[in-house]
Amino acid sequence: MLVIPARSLLCFDDRRGYRAQTEPRWGFRKNDNRDGENRMATGAQAAPDPRLSGARAAPKKAIRLSWSDPRVRSIFWQIVIVGAVAWVIWYLVSNTQRNLEVRKIATGFGFLWREAGLPIGESLIEYEPTNTYFRALMVGVLNTLKVAFIGCILATILGTLLGIARLSKNWLLGKLASVYVEVARDLPLLLQLLFWYVIFTALPGPRQALQPIEGWFLSNRGLKFPLLEWQFAHTVAFFLVLAGLVVTQLYARHATAVQMQTGQRPKVWPVGLGTMLAVPVAAWLVLGAPLSWDVPALRGFNFQGGGSLSPEFMALLIGLVTYTAAFVAEIVRAGILSVHSGQWEASGALGLSRGQSLRLIVLPQALRVIIPPMTSQYLNLTKNSSLAVAIGYQDIVSIANTTLNQTGQAIEGIAIIMMVYLTISLTISFFMNWYNARIALKER
Amino acid sequence: MTRLRLLGVAVAAAGLALPSLSPSPASAQAQQQGTFDVVKARGTLICGVNTGLAGFAAPDSQGQWRGLDVDYCRAIAAAMFGDATKVRYVPTTAQNRFTALQSGEVDVLPRNTTWTLSRDTSLGLDFTGINFYDGQGFMVKKALGVKSAKELNGATVCVQPGTTTEQNLTDWFRANNLRFTPVVIERIEEVNAAYLAGRCDALTTDVSGLASIRSQQGPRAEDHVILPEVISKEPLGAAVRQGDARWSDVVRWAHFVMLTAEEFGITSANVDQKLNDPNPEVQRLLGRTGELGKMLGVENNWAFQIIKQVGNYGESFQRNIGPLGIARGPNELWTKGGLQYSPPFR
Repeated sequence: MLVIPARSLLCFDDRRGYRAQTEPRWGFRKNDNRDGENRMATGAQAAPDPRLSGARAAPKKAIRLSWSDPRVRSIFWQIVIVGAVAWVIWYLVSNTQRNLEVRKIATGFGFLWREAGLPIGESLIEYEPTNTYFRALMVGVLNTLKVAFIGCILATILGTLLGIARLSKNWLLGKLASVYVEVARDLPLLLQLLFWYVIFTALPGPRQALQPIEGWFLSNRGLKFPLLEWQFAHTVAFFLVLAGLVVTQLYARHATAVQMQTGQRPKVWPVGLGTMLAVPVAAWLVLGAPLSWDVPALRGFNFQGGGSLSPEFMALLIGLVTYTAAFVAEIVRAGILSVHSGQWEASGALGLSRGQSLRLIVLPQALRVIIPPMTSQYLNLTKNSSLAVAIGYQDIVSIANTTLNQTGQAIEGIAIIMMVYLTISLTISFFMNWYNARIALKER
Repeated sequence: MTRLRLLGVAVAAAGLALPSLSPSPASAQAQQQGTFDVVKARGTLICGVNTGLAGFAAPDSQGQWRGLDVDYCRAIAAAMFGDATKVRYVPTTAQNRFTALQSGEVDVLPRNTTWTLSRDTSLGLDFTGINFYDGQGFMVKKALGVKSAKELNGATVCVQPGTTTEQNLTDWFRANNLRFTPVVIERIEEVNAAYLAGRCDALTTDVSGLASIRSQQGPRAEDHVILPEVISKEPLGAAVRQGDARWSDVVRWAHFVMLTAEEFGITSANVDQKLNDPNPEVQRLLGRTGELGKMLGVENNWAFQIIKQVGNYGESFQRNIGPLGIARGPNELWTKGGLQYSPPFR
């Protein structure tokens, strides 16, 4: 018996129902509607069904030392399997140790504290070739994290836009998005990376650098751009922006409460504008409005000063983002299509515009379908960043490879690479699982 | 490709872990039996060479490997089997070459590899000799107008990772109080392409390698200039696994045969006549008298076979390195003011 509460159109389906499960009748209907198997599962949480209590519970039996006892059998097999796994691991470890000893190859992680002597082109932390291998590897880890973090954010934004564009009613936009997705995901990533790298190294030399914007130089040495010379007033303004963000958040929460009470939502944007923009700017003006730019200038072989993005980093980032965005676009498209068309119609009937329907009704529901496969895409992007060695971006693989080559300690080097990727991947998974649980359908 | 290379290292590392499970051609049996017996029983030599460096090891238009290092492999095969063609060449990168040797994937590694103390000790290798005296230099585009490496302050330098080159580069710039930005790319082809595209101001590797790359540019070779500074010593030689004395003897003396042959003027063309040379040292070398070959455990005419099929060192140099436009220099025989010197065959 399927009972659809007439007054809540949005809850027409009990699985996709949109926040209307507080309706008391649902609890009753649910029990009524499920088959026996589900009843067993839900029985624990719901009020005990008098038909089930006691009667079905299996009688407790003492464990017997006999092959016919399933518990004895299961314990036996578990011991066998654990033993086999332990033996294989022991065999691999002891055999490796013996072979390394026979071949007189140095072992252990002592090399981490020796002077590296390897040059690194770009790093987020201070690095000199006189530093240790440990620091060199840290630089590699940070370079990997840098490209993976920025890459995941950009791929999400670009992919979401593409996914929505592909569903657009605008024929041209839809087709363009389709062509992009098919091309980007059908070509091997390594090829795309080499393509972008060739593009960036084919730019003119630094002495003939392109200048798309005053002070920005694009050459085969990368993109050089002016940097703000950071001063005390900027630090103050920065923290005021952060404070403004917190205040705006709190006010938005208050606005929601007011809306719940009165049905009228106070305007939040003036508060946001005031606290996040007006106050910091005022503080900066009071402190003397310091503003000076560190503009890159051609000196000797290359540009000095300012900020820079290397061709290797840009090629890797663009390659990873354009490639992953194609997959993200398909996931977003699938997510949106998974929301029943009735939801669009219902929200339309309530007077929401198409954009509002997408933002308020469809996307929140689509997210539940989108998030789990997105985790895989983030993991893929992070792991694919190891292709950086091909185009000379010094990520953890590049630096660990050099390290293992100079020290000859391949097993330690590979172990470090595996540990780093495992740690990053598990962190991403953990975060995404947490987020997934947060946005999951809340059954009440 | 790079993934594959990394996989190669991983597999080789696994090869260390699983000797009895991996039936790799030169597996860890070599360790117990000694490489000499394993190679003898197999009937072919597995030789680790460069993936492609003109003059040292590169396949020609017919797919035949050619080069100074390749001749080294052929000389060992001629000594072992009396047939210089019984060699299987395994191309190795700068990154995976040592692992390939350590794990037993190759029997010997003549791959323009610099002999250093740390490689000789902590990598579990033994170097058997020096078949090419090299040094590291810089190549720049002529248009840059740079005349000396000392003028390279602030320059961007392309370099292949995992080599002594990389470390010499940082040492030299540090010692001269100059700064540089490295561009580190794994595959030699990609490094060269980056330099040629102008990503870097200078390219650094061994001078012989620079000459090799320059010669490959054909008519545009003139656009590039190799700077006069040689910033390091790069003695290139063949490596074998440590503690394998019988095998390293064969590898070492195969090289000395080629040097001694040049010293006595024996070439692949005249070696048949030289069999009747009255000089007792030539008689001993070619196995007419004495038992030098037997002492090594190979046929007594082993040296004859090397000279007949591969030639002497001078011939090999002329054939392989000559076209790159590199002079003999320190690779001249000691009798002509060079460094190439063989102990006596006695």
